[in-house]
Amino acid sequence: MQKRALAWDSRGVGSVLRLGLILLVGLVIGEASTRAQSTKPGGAPAAPAEVTGQETAVMTDAPLVPPPIKRDHPTKVIVNLEVREVVQRLADGVDYVFWTFGGRVPGKFIRVKQGDVVEFHLNNHPSSKMPHNIDLHAVTGPGGGATSTFTAPGHSSQFSFTALNPGLYVYHCATAPVGMHVANGMYGLILVEPREGFPPVDREYYIMQSEFYTRGRHGAEGLQPFDMEKAIEERPTYVVFNGAVNALVGDNALKANVGETVRLFVGNGGPNLVSSFHVIGEIFDKVYAEGGTAVRQENVQTTLVPAGGAAIVEFKLEVPGTYVLVDHSIFRAFNKGALAMLKVDGPDDKRVYSGREVDETYLGEQAPEGYAAAQRIAALGKKVEETIKQTPAIATMTKEIQVEKGKLMFMQTCAVCHQTNGQGLPQVFPPLAGSDFLMADKARSIRIVLRGTSGPISVNGTTYDSVMPPVVQLTDEQVANVLTYVRNSWGNTGEAVSADEVRLERENHN
Amino acid sequence: MGTVFLVALECCSLLGIVWTSWAVPAAGEVPEPPSGMRFIVGGVYTPLFKAEGVEQATTVAPFYLDIYPVTNAQYMAFVQANLRWRRSQVSPLLADAAYLYHWQADSPLPEVDAAIAQRPVTYVSWFAARAYCRWQQKRLPSSAEWELVALASETAPDGRMDPGYQARLLEWYTLPDPAVPPLIGSGQKNYWGIYDLHGSIWEWVADFQAAFVTGAARGDKEAEGDRFCGFGAFAVSEQERVNYPAFMRYAYRSSLRGTYTLHNLGFRCAKDLP
Repeated sequence: MQKRALAWDSRGVGSVLRLGLILLVGLVIGEASTRAQSTKPGGAPAAPAEVTGQETAVMTDAPLVPPPIKRDHPTKVIVNLEVREVVQRLADGVDYVFWTFGGRVPGKFIRVKQGDVVEFHLNNHPSSKMPHNIDLHAVTGPGGGATSTFTAPGHSSQFSFTALNPGLYVYHCATAPVGMHVANGMYGLILVEPREGFPPVDREYYIMQSEFYTRGRHGAEGLQPFDMEKAIEERPTYVVFNGAVNALVGDNALKANVGETVRLFVGNGGPNLVSSFHVIGEIFDKVYAEGGTAVRQENVQTTLVPAGGAAIVEFKLEVPGTYVLVDHSIFRAFNKGALAMLKVDGPDDKRVYSGREVDETYLGEQAPEGYAAAQRIAALGKKVEETIKQTPAIATMTKEIQVEKGKLMFMQTCAVCHQTNGQGLPQVFPPLAGSDFLMADKARSIRIVLRGTSGPISVNGTTYDSVMPPVVQLTDEQVANVLTYVRNSWGNTGEAVSADEVRLERENHN
Repeated sequence: MGTVFLVALECCSLLGIVWTSWAVPAAGEVPEPPSGMRFIVGGVYTPLFKAEGVEQATTVAPFYLDIYPVTNAQYMAFVQANLRWRRSQVSPLLADAAYLYHWQADSPLPEVDAAIAQRPVTYVSWFAARAYCRWQQKRLPSSAEWELVALASETAPDGRMDPGYQARLLEWYTLPDPAVPPLIGSGQKNYWGIYDLHGSIWEWVADFQAAFVTGAARGDKEAEGDRFCGFGAFAVSEQERVNYPAFMRYAYRSSLRGTYTLHNLGFRCAKDLP
């Protein structure tokens, strides 16, 4: 029996069998055949230049991008990519088991040049629970590498390909169930520079959008498991850039200076949604649509990035401020996390943009304040536990904790319009700080959060006529906390709002 | 020849299986199982998707199955009686370099031994698992047998239509493994009285790659066409939606070779009725 089994392997049949479920999944086959037909003008190589030399690929974690490739000839590039399954933060207070290419989501950015021969090593860490593989959309060949890289935990696979077509390509795991492996974070970008390279710019960044489907609702704390039902029904709990809510805000925001030209390599891992990628306050001077190598359009406000696809956008920065990157399917941005920031320093140019700066609109201090609040919540929580231990009568949350929890929620949900200092924006968003309208009627304030409001209202003698959408994603407790914070900040003083009061308002008007 | 490659399934069939019936023994006919094993009534194993000309259903005969995965302590006894399976002696043709990695020596060091004795043995190859079962006058279960038993929830022989139960099973596949596997018996006890099939470790089966065997030439266009059709059916089947755990087990098994030894892969044995 042993002899037979060994002979069976040595004939190579075993490896063919290990194509596994992946091939079954058809998706791969579809992609491969699409690629085979995609000999685009200017893209397909003529006679390949001679491949000389060898180097190890420099790979980076998002948002960084490896430097442009200087050499003028193709070479052999060795890529070592390690698959790891890790627990990391998805949002404040929310952990998730990410399956990663390189330890982070999105996976390492790989940069090669057209004509390079890539020797690809996929290493599945010994602690992994799952087998994994990789389908690089930059590969011409069956499965994009998936059929050659199906790798058990604690093992490595190797295959080679020639980067025939230049462009920006997604790579992802294609192990069954493919959707689940992608949904858990298994994607990244590989850039194949055209022979002539891209025009030089001042800065390049790597941004990748994706969705997460968790058992608990948005904001539900603790380690959240993947929810297959929500994934199948395409109801994401989170839509994020670079693997976590607020991965690119506050101190982690992208940075640039006035006068510089920025190039963004934008990917969309999906698994389901198409992104309407937009930078608030900027216009893309050039868009290499769908990650191809030709500038297909200039002066673009919003560009589509398909799931399993990419785009390259470039823009010059004329005035300073904080620019907010969003999926302009806009509830994803403000309610599910698809929001990032680019902070631009430098002198004003009043001719380009004058009047009240909207710099503060985009919450430079949001993240640090949020983290500080989270830390204080934890400390206070411990204190309360101690107290409860000694005095069992105390079973409810103190107002102080409510304020801190509410602050965290406010910064994530409300401050975009009402501003971190509660001052609102003149003519558009009414102030909460010192607001007579807010403090006059507690029940009304609850209803407005639950159901929104529209039409003229008078706040401190000024009339505002705009629309506030209902904040539907918050729990009763979260609404109570955020209102308790608002009613006890920036000079406001009022009693706490309880979850019961919120529940009553919700029920009374349903 | 043993039981290896006993069940050669057409490729599309692995996408899911439907157990349409169980053989019900008449009262008083249930044979007394050997110590440490349970009697499993047979069943009819029906793949959801079949190519033309392939048998529609496979009958699984009644058999015995170990109640628990094989422990480190049990495997140690095997190694002491079969020195060629010592960590330092094993042939590289039969187990890769990580074989019994966690023992750190030919016999587990005392402190290691205390920690792992009653936990499932892992870092064992398919060849090693098969040798152990033979030494016990047993055999590895086929994937059909294993999956039949694994369908059961705590209270029913087929737990698939209980979405809550399936969701709990799927959760295990998304969580990182602990540093050492849980103690045997600490997991679920299912309808058949079998422990730890879910939520503990992966387990070897005799035909761990049979799901991909068509019996003839591979890699031709026809075969790929079959796979493609399987996916379409998979995506739309309500039945399959709740059978993701089985789907993931097939994927896992198909990544293995017989010599592989992994931190989360062990086994249990089966036995034919007398």
